Amino acid sequence: MGKIKAAILGTGNIGTDLLYKLERSEVIEVVAMIGIDSQSEGLKRAAEKGYATYSNGIEAIVANPNMAAIVFDATSAKAHVRHAKVLKELGILAIDLTPAARGPFFCPAVGTTENLLDLHNVNMITCGGQATIPIVYAVNQVADVIYGEIVATISSLSAGPGTRGNIDEFTITTRRGIEEVGGANTGKALIILNPADPPILMRDTIYCEVKNMKEEEIRDSIYTMVEKVKAYVPGYRLRQEPLFDGNRVTIFIEVEGAGDYFPPYAGNLDIMTAAATRVAEDFARAMLDRTTLETH
Amino acid sequence: MNSQVNKPIRLTEVCLRDGSHVVAHQFTEQQVRDVVRGLDDAGMHYIEVSHGDGLGGSTFQYGKSLVNEMKLIEAAVAACAKSKVAVLLIPGIGTVHELKQANDLGARLVRVATHVTEADVSAQHMSKARELGMETVGFLMMAHSAPVEKLVEQAKNMESYGAEAVYITDSAGALLPHEVRERVRALRQSLQIEVGFHAHNNLSMAVANTVVAIEEGATRIDGSVRCLGAGAGNTQTEVLLAVLDRMGIDVSIDLYKMMDVAENIVGPLLPGSQEIRKGSLVLGYAGVYSSFLLHAERAGKKFGLDPRDILIELGKQKVVGGQEDMIIDVAAELAKKKEIEV
Repeated sequence: MGKIKAAILGTGNIGTDLLYKLERSEVIEVVAMIGIDSQSEGLKRAAEKGYATYSNGIEAIVANPNMAAIVFDATSAKAHVRHAKVLKELGILAIDLTPAARGPFFCPAVGTTENLLDLHNVNMITCGGQATIPIVYAVNQVADVIYGEIVATISSLSAGPGTRGNIDEFTITTRRGIEEVGGANTGKALIILNPADPPILMRDTIYCEVKNMKEEEIRDSIYTMVEKVKAYVPGYRLRQEPLFDGNRVTIFIEVEGAGDYFPPYAGNLDIMTAAATRVAEDFARAMLDRTTLETH
Repeated sequence: MNSQVNKPIRLTEVCLRDGSHVVAHQFTEQQVRDVVRGLDDAGMHYIEVSHGDGLGGSTFQYGKSLVNEMKLIEAAVAACAKSKVAVLLIPGIGTVHELKQANDLGARLVRVATHVTEADVSAQHMSKARELGMETVGFLMMAHSAPVEKLVEQAKNMESYGAEAVYITDSAGALLPHEVRERVRALRQSLQIEVGFHAHNNLSMAVANTVVAIEEGATRIDGSVRCLGAGAGNTQTEVLLAVLDRMGIDVSIDLYKMMDVAENIVGPLLPGSQEIRKGSLVLGYAGVYSSFLLHAERAGKKFGLDPRDILIELGKQKVVGGQEDMIIDVAAELAKKKEIEV
C-alpha cells in the first residue's frame, strides 16, 4: 500500500508535534513543513529531520499544488479562513486544527456519518473539545444531556500565540462542538491558563445536567468512552470517579501527552494532534482505497 | 515621571460585581436599581455590574445567576443619571459577543481581566472594546503571585493592546503595603497610561494598601460598600472616602450619602458579616483567589473537611482564578487521604 502525501501548514507547537506523530503513520507521508518565519523552531527541526521546508506560507502550496493531497492547518483561526478558500480551490483536503470551524467537526471517539470522500475541509474543534466532547456524548447516549459545560485548564507554556490570540474562537467553537457533536441541548465552554511551574497536566472538568439520571448506565458509558479515547491518546484518564448530585454529573479528566515534541504536561497539544492524525489516516485510507478501485 | 501625573482619582464601586460572589450570584433587578440609584446620587464615578466572574460567568463552575446579568446591566444603566456602568470580562469565560451586548445596553467601561502572567489573551477583547468606543482597562489578577518585573512586562503588553489604564489586582488580598508601593511605583515608571489598584481585605490591609497605591500615583481605585466583595471584601468604599477626605484628596463623592447607602441599602443585602473570619484570613495568608471561599466552605461540608485545609492545598498547587473545579477535586483527594490515614 502506498502513502498519501501531506503538508503541514504552521510550525508552532501543534504543527511540530503533529510532524512527530505523522512520522509513524503507515498511510501518510509528510512532504513539506510550511511556516512564515524561516527562523522558527518548528522549521529548523523539520529541516534537521530532512523534510522540505518553506517559509512563504500558503504560497508554497499555491506554487506547487500537487505536492500534497492533504494539508494540515495548524496556524490560527483567522489565517485558516483564508487558507480554507485557497485549499478548496486547489482541490486539497484541509484538516483544520484551528478553531476556525469552516468544515464539519470531527472527533474520532464519536465517529462520523459523513462520506469522507465528499469533504474538502474538516475541523478538529479544539483541544478542550477533543478532551470533553466524547464524555458529553457518552453521557448523552444514556441520559440525555440538557446542558453540558466544560472547563479546560492547560499549562501556560503549552498555549502558543495562536491559542492566546483566539480565545473567543476556542470557547465558541468548543461550545458548538458540545452541542453538535456531544449532543447537549445547550453547551458552554471555559478555558483557563495556569502558569504553575512545574507545569500542570491538561485537566478538564465536564458538568452534565441530564434528563434521565441513571447512575450505573452513565458510569459504564463514561468508562467505555475513556477506553475509546485512550486507544489514540494513551495518557487520557479519569482523575476521580464521576460525581453525582441530583440531576447533575461531574467528570474529571486528565490528559498526559505522549511527549512527542512537547513534554507530557501538554496533553492539550497531544490530544489535538493525535485526533487529527487519526482522522487524517481515515481519509488517507479512503483515498488509497479509491485509487485501488480505480486502477482495477 | 509620566504624562498621567495630574489625572484625578476615579473610583469604581464593585459591590454589584465582586459582591455577586457573596450572594451566590442571586442579585435581583430591584436590588441593583436601588444600589445604583444611591451610588449615582452620591456621585460615584463608575459602578461595575456583571456576574462575579465577569460577563458569561453564569455557569455550574462558578454558580448560575438568578437574573441574567444583561438585565442587571440594563437596570443599572437606567438607574444612573451621571455614573457610568462598567463591566468585567475575563477572556476564556466571556467573549466579545457579550461585551458588545453590554455596550449596546449602555455599559461604557470594560475591565478586561487576566491572570497576572497571561495578559496576551486580552488583546482580542481590548481591541474590540476600543472599536466599540468603550473605555478600556486592563486588570492583572493575582498580582501578588508574580515578580514585579513580570507585572511590568504584562502591564506594558496591555498598554500596547489599547488599555487606557492597568490595574494591579490583589485578588487574594495577600499584598502588604510595601509590596503595593513597589508595584505601583514600577508601573508608574514604565507606563504612559494610568495605574489602578483593586484590593481584598483578607489581611485587613485593603484601605492601607489603597492609600499607599494613591500616594504612589494610582488613579483608578476600586472599593466595595460594606466590603461586599469576595472573601473579606474589598477596600470599604465609604471608609476610604473618609480617609481620602482626611488626606485632603477631593474625589467629589458625598461621604454622608455613601454612608447612608452603606447603612440603608447595601447593609440589608449582606447575607452575613463581612468581617475577617478564618476562611477569608486563610485566603490572604495562603494567597488564594478570594471567590474560592464559599466554594471551599461548601466542599468542606460535603467531604467532611476543614475548608482551611482545602484552601491551603489550593495555594500549594498554585491554582489560579477561575479554577473553581479544582476545589472539589482537591477536596475529594484530601478526603481520600484522610480515609487512608484513619
